[in-house]
Amino acid sequence: MTVTPVDPQPALTLTARALRRRRARRRFTARPLAVAGALGVALVVIFAVFAPLLSPVDPNAPNFDTVLAGPSPHHLAGTDQLGRDVLSRLFYGARSALLAGVLSTLLATVVAVPVGLLAGYYRRILDAVVMRIMDVALAFPFLVLAVGLAAVLGPSLVNATLALGIAQIPVIVRITRGEVLAARELDYVAASVVNGSGSATIMARQILPNVLSPVVVQATLTIPTAIVGAAILSYLGLGVQPPTADWGAMLSEARIYLSQAPWLGVFPGLAIFLTALSFNLLGDGVRDALDPRMRP
Amino acid sequence: MNSPAPSTPDTGPVLAVEGLRKHFTLPRVAGGGVVRAVEQVDLTVGAGEVVGLVGESGCGKSTLGRCLLRLTEPDAGTIRLHGRDITHLSARQLRPLRRRMHMVFQDPYSSLNPRMTVGQIITEPLRAHSITTRRDIDSTAGDLLTRVGLPTGLRDRYPHELSGGQRQRVGLARSLGLGPSLLVADEPVSALDVSVQASILNQLRDLQRDMGFSCLFIAHDLATVEFLCDRIAVMYLGRIVEIGTREQIFNTPMHPYTQALLSAAPVPDPRVQRTRRRVILDGDPPSPLNPPTGCRFHPRCPVAEPPRCRDQLPEPVHTGAGHLTRCHLVRPDGQAPNLLTADRPTT
Amino acid sequence: MSTLLEIHDLTIWFDTDEGPVLAVNGLSLALEPAQVLALVGESGCGKTVTALSLLRLAPPNARVTGQARFDGKDLLAMPGRQLRAVRGRQISMVFQEPMSSLNPVFTVGRQIAEVLRRHRKLSNRDANARAVELLDLVRIPAALRRMEEYPHQMSGGMRQRVMIAMAVACDPKLIIADEPTTALDVTIQAQVLDILRDLRERFGTAILLITHNLGVVADIADRVVVMYAGHKVEQAPVGELFATPQHPYTIGLLGAVPRRQTHQSADRRLAEIPGLVPVLRQTPTGCVFAPRCTRRTDPCQVTTPELTPIPPDQHVACLHPGTRQEVPA
Repeated sequence: MTVTPVDPQPALTLTARALRRRRARRRFTARPLAVAGALGVALVVIFAVFAPLLSPVDPNAPNFDTVLAGPSPHHLAGTDQLGRDVLSRLFYGARSALLAGVLSTLLATVVAVPVGLLAGYYRRILDAVVMRIMDVALAFPFLVLAVGLAAVLGPSLVNATLALGIAQIPVIVRITRGEVLAARELDYVAASVVNGSGSATIMARQILPNVLSPVVVQATLTIPTAIVGAAILSYLGLGVQPPTADWGAMLSEARIYLSQAPWLGVFPGLAIFLTALSFNLLGDGVRDALDPRMRP
Repeated sequence: MNSPAPSTPDTGPVLAVEGLRKHFTLPRVAGGGVVRAVEQVDLTVGAGEVVGLVGESGCGKSTLGRCLLRLTEPDAGTIRLHGRDITHLSARQLRPLRRRMHMVFQDPYSSLNPRMTVGQIITEPLRAHSITTRRDIDSTAGDLLTRVGLPTGLRDRYPHELSGGQRQRVGLARSLGLGPSLLVADEPVSALDVSVQASILNQLRDLQRDMGFSCLFIAHDLATVEFLCDRIAVMYLGRIVEIGTREQIFNTPMHPYTQALLSAAPVPDPRVQRTRRRVILDGDPPSPLNPPTGCRFHPRCPVAEPPRCRDQLPEPVHTGAGHLTRCHLVRPDGQAPNLLTADRPTT
Repeated sequence: MSTLLEIHDLTIWFDTDEGPVLAVNGLSLALEPAQVLALVGESGCGKTVTALSLLRLAPPNARVTGQARFDGKDLLAMPGRQLRAVRGRQISMVFQEPMSSLNPVFTVGRQIAEVLRRHRKLSNRDANARAVELLDLVRIPAALRRMEEYPHQMSGGMRQRVMIAMAVACDPKLIIADEPTTALDVTIQAQVLDILRDLRERFGTAILLITHNLGVVADIADRVVVMYAGHKVEQAPVGELFATPQHPYTIGLLGAVPRRQTHQSADRRLAEIPGLVPVLRQTPTGCVFAPRCTRRTDPCQVTTPELTPIPPDQHVACLHPGTRQEVPA
């Protein structure tokens, strides 16, 4: 004879995920810095997407009548040594910044997460080999690695993105592996083994979903580094090639004119700084909002 | 050491463990050293039998449980499930056999995947073994829930919406879905409130009677074990020091540690608790990193006799039908130290 | 004999993400000097937060009202500086998890000595000497050597004894022990209870013992207060509580504990209490246990039961008190 069923909980209209999301969203919006970050990122995205609409003139069109002109109502950010409107170039520059910055991180995540997952789950030789490789890669400072790879691959936006992506892989592998190592000790993973589920099922259904959240947040936090990295690569001539507008390239070109036309350096510099900062604040905000407090 | 388990002529003991050993080598950064978690364990569990495995923290009972299910790989010894040696089977060879054995875990909060619904959790074994079609999954989930005393509506809920007791029932439902012949319950009620423990224990007993599975019930609390178990094995620092039927262990405990354990458990009755004579052991359980020589219990044993107890590992002594004790001071005729009357001061 | 601790109408609300939650509702109790009072209940009954709030250690989102008079002075109203003088000196606390209450980077001896230096203003040498005495008192062998050990080098039982040593260092009048033996093995638990009992006998220290373990209560308590969902449901001297429990929840709790039976009946079952502990989001009307109670009648859902005295010294908050077993056995 079985026992009388225990009283059910009152009907809950929200699933765990929806409840978590609502709480997380509330925590996020409670932090002004996080919101500022989100707005900053949104702004940069808008600039990049709507650059053609926002730019007063063609960013690549030279105008030798107004060379090195300071900011004015006609050219809000001034003009550069070829008379091109800096503001327009700033808007278009957002494109390569975001492309190189965000896409590279995405690439790295797509490659690194499975590697980290397999290494952390299977351990033994696979883990040892993978981690030694990562250790070597991590011995190089990120930029040195990125610059080295970009130099080998050749200067272009695509190659710069690739180089930045590859340079970010080791960190994400390490983070993923760490999370996987913790997750695989949990009882519900053991239960899955006892259930007779195969390794692939366990990795995909038990471990990955519970590991993805912190990993994605960490990845988001490496985007600012990638953006600055992208700027540095194009500053060094390894990324976007002239005449395409790009903040790093603009900085590079501004070097010799800095004493005469400081705005040539200030505006792209500010753009890089504020974009990176926005992503940083956004990433921090997301991480805090999804705090381990939420984890069971 | 092996105490013969009841077995029906055609099935034999469901579980037969011989000489099981598991050591963990600590990484050098943690100081190196070897944790001797399980040392030389022999155990059988018969068909439909509930065997209790009792011991305090560090005795290796959880490790033993995990070894049985091959969640941890044993270093030596054999594990036979229905007569078949499963100790060294590969994961693929083991998979079909996993239908016959399952586990209930101690922590209700980490034993259920927070991102799966209750229905998904309890039907995972069925899906892993391709038992039910998608169409039947819902109704099967409902049946399983009813069987463990939960309303079928819970199948679409997530673990975080359930109480500790409900989660443990879900764990039970998951384990029993395929009708295993062996259930290893690793302290399934230790993390629950008293009244909830009672309902889970009742439930487990009912299910065991209805379904007839064998159960290895791991616990640290003798009273719980007495309620549920037919036979009881007492473990200390990786070894089984005494094994017998419930009556034998509770009425005539032979091993000093068993006696101490029985004595230490407080009785929920002040008149009895405050007037009975009790044995209170001195000192702390030694660490499995540096087990004492000889009989592992001798440093804390009130009646230990050097040099024998200090230097020699006791062999199992048979004192009755299926009653085995590892103690130098226990004789086959049933003579055994009585801690309550020993010279050593007790309370 | 003036009452040592008098809690009057203690009410604690928590501000949570989903709104306010009532953790303790109008709790009143009294503790005499050198007495052991056990506060018993299951998870969610409010016993731990009650203990914490006495020393104003409740979490920041807790709103505490009521009075807690210790030696005549209200702990909940006194200024911070006064409270700090009381904490550790007159009232000390022992927590459940000794590992997280001991600082892992300081030796055990240093931690005990620090308590002595702060509250008793002892010199280093005197403090260390006294620390060794205290370790001896709590039956830690080789006390002198242990002084130099770090918490992680000690077993759980030993750490708990160190906690107790720290708690009695300044000869407090009251020790609040929050589940002091729950995390310990049963053989170690017996030792620790023995030590606590010893302390009470030798020094006349009163103990407010928070626990869910009825065996521990039977072992060491003088009086018992049973709590359910933030309410006191029964109160009695320990003998009476176990012999003649009046409240259905107490009866259910006692019946749920497996006990050694001299004769096992095949149909023996443990007593169950159907349902779950409620989370109170507003002050309840009627008896808070009513939804789960086998004795429930219509008045139970409307009238909040007052504490009825049952001679000689028992009190129960129930409209149908009595020792009869009606829970499914």
